[in-house]
This record gives sequence, C-alpha cells and structure tokens, in this order.
Amino acid sequence: MTSPNLRSAYGASLVRLGKKDSRVVALEADLGKSTQSVMFQAEFPDRYFQMGIAEQNMASTAAGFALAGMIPFIHSFAVFTAGRDYDQLRNSICIPNLPVRICGSSAGLSDFGDGKTHQGVEDAALMRALPNMTVLCPADSIEVEKMMDCLLDWKGPVYIRINRNDLPFVYPPEEPYHIGKVTMLREGNNAAIFASGIMVSKALEAATTLESEGISARVLDVGTLKPLDRDTVIRYSSGVEAIVTAEEHSVIGGLGSAVVEALRCVAHAPVEFVGIADSFGLSAENYGDLLAHFGLTSEAISKAVKTILRGRKK
Amino acid sequence: MLEPDKIRKIERIAWDLRADVVKMIGVGKAGHLGGSCSLAEIVAALYFEKMHFDPKALGDPNRDRFILSKGHSVLIQYAALIELGVIPREELGKVKTLAGKLQGHPDMMTPGMEAVTGSLGQGLSIGVGMALALRLAKSSSRVYVIMGDGELAEGQLWEAAMAASRYGLDSITGILDRNQIQATGPTKEIFEIPDIPEKWRAFGWNVLSVNGHDVGAILKALDEAAAKKGAPTLIVAETIKGKGVSFAENLAAFHNAAMTQEQYDKALAEIEAAGRKVQ
Repeated sequence: MTSPNLRSAYGASLVRLGKKDSRVVALEADLGKSTQSVMFQAEFPDRYFQMGIAEQNMASTAAGFALAGMIPFIHSFAVFTAGRDYDQLRNSICIPNLPVRICGSSAGLSDFGDGKTHQGVEDAALMRALPNMTVLCPADSIEVEKMMDCLLDWKGPVYIRINRNDLPFVYPPEEPYHIGKVTMLREGNNAAIFASGIMVSKALEAATTLESEGISARVLDVGTLKPLDRDTVIRYSSGVEAIVTAEEHSVIGGLGSAVVEALRCVAHAPVEFVGIADSFGLSAENYGDLLAHFGLTSEAISKAVKTILRGRKK
Repeated sequence: MLEPDKIRKIERIAWDLRADVVKMIGVGKAGHLGGSCSLAEIVAALYFEKMHFDPKALGDPNRDRFILSKGHSVLIQYAALIELGVIPREELGKVKTLAGKLQGHPDMMTPGMEAVTGSLGQGLSIGVGMALALRLAKSSSRVYVIMGDGELAEGQLWEAAMAASRYGLDSITGILDRNQIQATGPTKEIFEIPDIPEKWRAFGWNVLSVNGHDVGAILKALDEAAAKKGAPTLIVAETIKGKGVSFAENLAAFHNAAMTQEQYDKALAEIEAAGRKVQ
C-alpha cells in the first residue's frame, strides 16, 4: 500500500530505482530525514553521499557523477536546491544537459512552521526558465511513484517538487504515465481547472461544489510544468467559458504562466490564477491555515470560476 | 625517453601551444592571453606526458580527466587538443565565432571537453563527483583540476576542498595557477588570500609547491601527487601571467585584451624564438 506521504513515496521510489539500476546515486545536504533520502542510505550506503550543508558543491558534484555515467539524485528543500545553487544547476548541469535529478523537497508552503526562508514559492519559475530543465510537480504519492519510474531513461536534468505532507489520493493507480502527460481527472463542460501539486485535490473539491451549483468543471492534473504539453492544454481549454489555474506557487512563472504561454495565439476563455500573489510565505501553526491565508483553497478556485462566468454573462 | 629529452619535448610543446593561443586570439579581438600562457607548461606536461589520455578514445572510461575550473583560460586547452588531433586545426581561426565549435569557455559541444566550467568555483566540485564515481567503478583514473588564484575567493571551492578531503579522494590532483594577477589587478590588491598552502593543508590536503614553468619540477610534483594515498593533493604552481609575451607579462591588462598587429607579430616572434632556444 502506497503511503499518502509524498516524501515517503519519494524515498521508497528512490530505493526501487536504486535496486533496478546501479547508476543511481544519492547526494544529501544534511536533510536526509526531511527529504527521506535516508531510505536510500539504509539500502545502499556505498551509493549515498553526505555532502554536508553545502548545496552548491552538491550540485556540481552531481554534475561530475553524471559526467562519469551515473544518475545522481540531489536533495534538499526546494528553496535551497532551486535557489542556493542556481548557478551550479545552470552551468554545471543544464548547459551540458546532464541527467541529474534535483529533489526540491518541502516545496511550496508545506514546511508551514519554518517561514519565508524555508518555503519555496518561486522555485518552479526559476527551474522553468532554465533551458534543458524538466520540471515536475506531483499531485499525490501515486504520481510521485509514476514520475520516479520515468527518471532512469529521461534525458537531461529533472527538477521534482515534493510536498512535505500527506496528500489525498487523486491519481488513478492504473493510468499509464509518461512525463509531459496532462491527465483529466474529472470531466466537465463549463470550466477547465488546470492544477498541480496539492491544488489538484482542491480543484477536485471545487468541481464537486460547482456541480452542486449547476456548473460543470473539468479538472486537469498538470504534473509536468515543463515541457508543457501545449496541444493537450489547448485541447482541454477549448469549448469552456472559464479557465482557472491553481498552484501552490507564486502566480509569476509557475503553472498559470505556463498555461497562458501555451494558450497564446489561440482564442480562449478568460483565465484566472489561483496562487500566491507575488509574496513570500509565513510561519503558521498548521498547513491548512497557511494555505487559507494565501488563498490556496477549493473555495478560491470555485470563486475564480464563478467570477469569470458571471463576467461572461454580463 | 631519457628524462632530459622528455623535458625538452614538453618545453617545446608548451611554446607551440602558446603560439597557437596567440593565433587563436588574433589581432583586434579580446582574448584571455595572460592566464592561458601561464598554464602552458602545466597543460603540456599533463596532456603530452602524465595523463592517460588517448586522443582516439575520448570516451574511454579509464581516461584521466582534465577540468579547467578557471575556464577563461580554455585557449591553452584548445591548443593542446588541436596538437593532439582531437580538435581540427581549422577551428583555430574560428574561436568564439558562430561558424566554429570553440566557445569562449569550456563547453561539451567541443570534442575533448570534460565539463562546462567558467562560472568560477565549480570545477573542483565536478572533479569530486567524477572521482567518487570513478572510485565506485574501481577505476584508477586520475582527475586533474586547474584553478586560478583569483578564483580562490569563490566559496564553493572551499566546500569542494572539504568534500575531497572528507572522502579521501587521492585520485584528485588540484593545480593552482598562482600567477598573482586577476581580472582587474594584482591579487594582493584586489582580494588578497594569505597563507594559501596553509589553508589547503588545514582543509586536509597534501600541498606541494613548484615553479609552474619548470617542466622537470612539474613532472616530479605530478608523480608525488599520484603517489600520495588517502588525501587529495594541491600543487601550488608559481607562474607568470602572460609568460613568454614580454609586453603582457604580469599585467592585468592582458587578462583579456586585444592585440594590435604590431603586438601580435611581436608576441609570435618572441614565442617562436623562445621555442627555438629549447632545442
């Protein structure tokens, strides 16, 4: 039985990949319990490298591993693996297009207590801007497992955002998977809600509420923020009167931006973003309160849909 | 080959490489003359004597690795790879042009390059990763990382120095091009880093010092580094920035400068004369 915890699913998947392929190595920057890379350490102590609290060195060291034919996974909080070592990701890894896997754990606001410095709210924007980088944001632990199974053969660097917490199961376990896939989790005709990460489950809740009010909304899980499947996004955006994107990330440069980039040059319904309005996070006593503080709720999603639809009727 | 013959051969090659560096820069175009010329003997000793490197088997997993962390001096590496036949000689006239494959800094699109470097401070970390991977593969390959003395201000190098020592990576030989000049002036004026050998020793490294233009001393230090077990070695190579080009020696102005036709002719003439003296 898969754990609903994304970190546990990540750690277990890393072990599975390690068993399958001896090229897999893991590098850690003293957050192995948080990222759950310790599961790999227990199984493969010889292929686990504690690099100390030195993310820049960890990233370029991973480049060296990849240049010698290995598939290195590096770990820290999203805010650090995407930010502290940005130049190392850019130059050591992305320019030569190396198969380094970058785990951005405790992504978004999911490390709710630690506040601004530890909450990666702009990591996907940074990673999306890097040429050659693939950017993943799984909605639940099943999608984590499915994504991880794609990472032995995928060419080039991959950044994967991992939420710290248990998330509701939303992804159909039997559904075939590939990187780049946009999955329709619920059908609907009036509105399209594109969501990633924790906001997928909230989008599904919103769709249920909207249905009770006579609005039919389709829900699309966009697990791959880059490369975005543009044709599929356009297809799922057609025929609806409202498009809403929902992400646990800044509204600048993340899923919302990616969807609008995809829809450029085609006629489409108005788009509204549900996300963090260009600000840093905050410390909170629990995750739910923090998400609500920043408007990352199912209510915010349904409201966005209804606001667009009302505007259209005028 | 007898030792004196071997040394003379490498000295001659070093002057040939310098001449090619000057030709790559040409007239009226900026190029990193100073830091390329300070490395000529070191690069020649590595590529033409010490490194296990077959120009016909670039993908050999057991080759020794050459990483130029101070990537701006890549012209001297291009010169070596041209001499070895890895890079076609016609590329020499197309450095930093859209028509050529030789970028302004090391790039994997160029044959023979082992890493992307040039954003300073990253090469030693890349070397640490390679050395760890080679150890897992039970390979005896060595990893050579060339750093600049100005580059030592980058914190990442010290992170990598700790990691190399933490893992006892004796397959790594770091070489510090101690030419004492950085982009905008002498290192002691711009950002002096005192006690360099002591610092590296404190970080757990075996440290050797050589005259970086004395080929016999370089070869001996490289052997000593390879013989050292349990710790990485840093060779502090005392060098002259712009070595061999009288008007460029020890001048920050020729870190990355353009030459006039007159300067270009003079540089080539001086280098060729120095090369002839080695015979």
